[in-house]
Amino acid sequence: MSNAPASIVSRLAQSRLIWPLAGLALLLLFNLVFDRAFFDLSTRDGNLYGPIITVLRLAVKVMLLAMGMTLVIATGGVDLSVGSVMAIVGALVAFLAERAQLGFPGLLAVGLAAALIVGLFNGALVAYIGIQPIVATLIMMVLGRGVALSITGGMPVRIEDAGVLFLGRGFIAGVPVQIILVLVVFLLTALACRKTAIGLFVEAVGDNEVASRLSGVNARGIKLLTYIFCAVCAALAALVSIGDVGRVEPDRLGQMLELDAITAVVVGGTVLTGGRFTLTGSLIGALLIQTLTMTLVRQGMPSDVAPVPKALVILAVCLLQSARLRAQLAALFSKSRRAVS
Amino acid sequence: MRQFFIRKNLPILATAAVLVLLFGTFSLLFPNFLSLRVIANLFTNNAHVGVIAVGMTFVILSGGIDLSVGSVLGFTTIFVATLINHEVPPVVAIGLALVVGSAFGAGMGAVIQVYQLPPFLVTLAGMFLARGLAFVVSAQSLEIKHGFYGAVIDFGIPLTEQVTLRATSGIFVAVFLAALCLAHFSRFGRNVYAIGGNASSALLMGLPVARTRIWIYTLSGFCAALGGIVFTFQTQSGNATNGLGLELDAIAAVVIGGTLLSGGVGYVAGTMMGVLIYGTILTAISFHGQLDSSWQRIAIGGLLLVFIVIQRLLTRAPAFGRSN
Repeated sequence: MSNAPASIVSRLAQSRLIWPLAGLALLLLFNLVFDRAFFDLSTRDGNLYGPIITVLRLAVKVMLLAMGMTLVIATGGVDLSVGSVMAIVGALVAFLAERAQLGFPGLLAVGLAAALIVGLFNGALVAYIGIQPIVATLIMMVLGRGVALSITGGMPVRIEDAGVLFLGRGFIAGVPVQIILVLVVFLLTALACRKTAIGLFVEAVGDNEVASRLSGVNARGIKLLTYIFCAVCAALAALVSIGDVGRVEPDRLGQMLELDAITAVVVGGTVLTGGRFTLTGSLIGALLIQTLTMTLVRQGMPSDVAPVPKALVILAVCLLQSARLRAQLAALFSKSRRAVS
Repeated sequence: MRQFFIRKNLPILATAAVLVLLFGTFSLLFPNFLSLRVIANLFTNNAHVGVIAVGMTFVILSGGIDLSVGSVLGFTTIFVATLINHEVPPVVAIGLALVVGSAFGAGMGAVIQVYQLPPFLVTLAGMFLARGLAFVVSAQSLEIKHGFYGAVIDFGIPLTEQVTLRATSGIFVAVFLAALCLAHFSRFGRNVYAIGGNASSALLMGLPVARTRIWIYTLSGFCAALGGIVFTFQTQSGNATNGLGLELDAIAAVVIGGTLLSGGVGYVAGTMMGVLIYGTILTAISFHGQLDSSWQRIAIGGLLLVFIVIQRLLTRAPAFGRSN
C-alpha cells in the first residue's frame, strides 16, 4: 500500500482524464485568483447554497444524460433522442399527475416505462434492423418531440406532485437531492460496468463488433441494453428538470441537451468511434463545460454567448486527439530543439 | 426503361410515389388543396429549408454531415439585419454574409480534412460557434426596413391572375437547378460521389479528395448563408435564434429524398422531393386547422422511419435488377 499514491499519480498521468481534469483545475485556479466569491458557500435553513452548488445543480441534467450517452458512444453509437425522451417523460408525468392524480411511485413507474419503450425502439432499430445510430435516433428525436407536444396539447403544464418537486428542489442533509441522485446513478453504473462483465462487453462491441460476436458476446443485446439505459437516464434527467422548474414546456424541455451530453462525453475523453470509455471523464466533462460557462458569465459574458466557449472546448479536445496535430507539434518541437542545439 | 427501375433508383422512386400519394390524398381531403397557389406556396414558404437541404445533399453524398447550417442561417439573418440597420447597402451586406458563410464552411471543411476529425463533432462545434456569434452580433431581434427589401418582396412572376411566383422561390429553384448541374454534369459532382462511395479508393484513383471535401463544406456554408438571406426576405427581420433545429429538418428532407447517410448514393432531385413532402405536410396541417404542429413532427418522424427501414431492407436484399 505504500506506493499507492505514486501509482495513482502515474495512472492519472497516463489516463485520458488528465486533460479534462487539468482544464477543470485551471478554471478553479482562475476563480481562486480572480473571483474568490465563486467558492462562497452559505447555508440557509441548513441547506447548502453558493456558486459551486449552482454549477453542480445546473450540470446535473447533462451529467445524467452523459452517463447513458457514454455507454451508447462506447458501443460505437450515438443517441440524438435523449432530449425528446426528456420531453415525452416530462409531458407524460405532468399530464398524469394532473389528470389521473397518480402518486409519485406511479409517476416514476410510468416515466421509466415510457423511457424503456423508447430505448427498446432505438435499440431495436440500431441493433436488430441495422440502421445507423445517428439516423435511428434522429427519427425518435423528431417523432418523440411531436408525441410530447401532443400529450399536453402543446401547452405548458404545472407540476404539483410533492415527490417530483422534492427530486428537483429538495435537500437531504443539506445537499440538493439532484446531486445525490447523480452520485447514486454514477456509482451504480460504474459498479455495473467495472465489477461485472458488462463494461468489458460494451468496450468489446465498440472496438470490433464482429470480433466480439465471434467470441460469444451478444453484441446486439449489449447495444439494445445501452440504448435502454440511455433512455432511462434521460427519464431521470427529465424528472429532475421538471421538479426544479416546477412546470413542463414540452416544446423546450430537453431541447439541444443531446448535443450537450455528447459534448460532455467527448470532452471527458471517450472517443466517438467507440471502444474504451470513462464514466468519470464524462462527469468531469459536464462539470468542465458548466464551470467554464459559469466562470465566463460571472466575468461579464452575456449568457447567450455561452455556446462560443463550448465550441472552442470541443474543437480543442478534437484537435488534442488528432494524430496529425500531434505529429505537427512534435515536428515543431524537434525543429526548435535542433535550432537551439 | 427497365434500367430506370434498378435497385439504386428505388428509394427515389419511393419518394416520388409518396409525394404524389400525399399530395393526392390531401387534394381529396381538402377542397382547394390541388391548386397552383398551393404548389407555388410550397416553393415560397420552404425556400430556406430547400436551399439548405440542397447544400446538405452534397455533404451527405460525400459521407459527411453538417450540423451547423441552422446556426449559420440564424447568424446570417442577424448579421444582414445589423449591417443594413447600420446603413450598409443591402447588396453589400448580402454579399458579405455569403462570403462569411462560405468561409465558415471552408474552415470547418479544412479542419475535418487536415486533422481527419469526425464531421459530426467539428460541425457540432461550428453549430455552437455560429449560434454564439449570432448573439454577439445582437441578442435583440432587428427589423429590416429598406427599399431594396421591399422591391425584392414585391417582385414576382405572375403565373395567373392570383398566383405569383415570389423571388424567394426563384432563388430556391435557381439553386436547385445549379446543384443538379453540379452534381451530375461536373467533375466536382463525380468526385463527391466517389468520395462518398469510398474515400480511400477515390484517393488511390488520384482524385483531389482534400480539395473536394473542403469545397463541399464551403458549398454547404454558402447554402446555409443563402438560406439565411432567403429567410430575411420571408420575415423582413433578423434574429439570433432563427433556424434552431433547422439542420435536422434539412437532414430529414435529404434522407426522405432517398439519399443514404452512408454516402455515395442519392440525388439532388430526391432532396427537392423531400423538401416538397415536408412542405406538403406543413400545408396540410395548416389546411386542417384543428391539428397543431405536433402532428407535423409525428408525420415527418413516421415518414423518416418508413423510408429508412425500406432503404435498409433494400440495401440488405439480394441485388435483384442489377443483372439487367
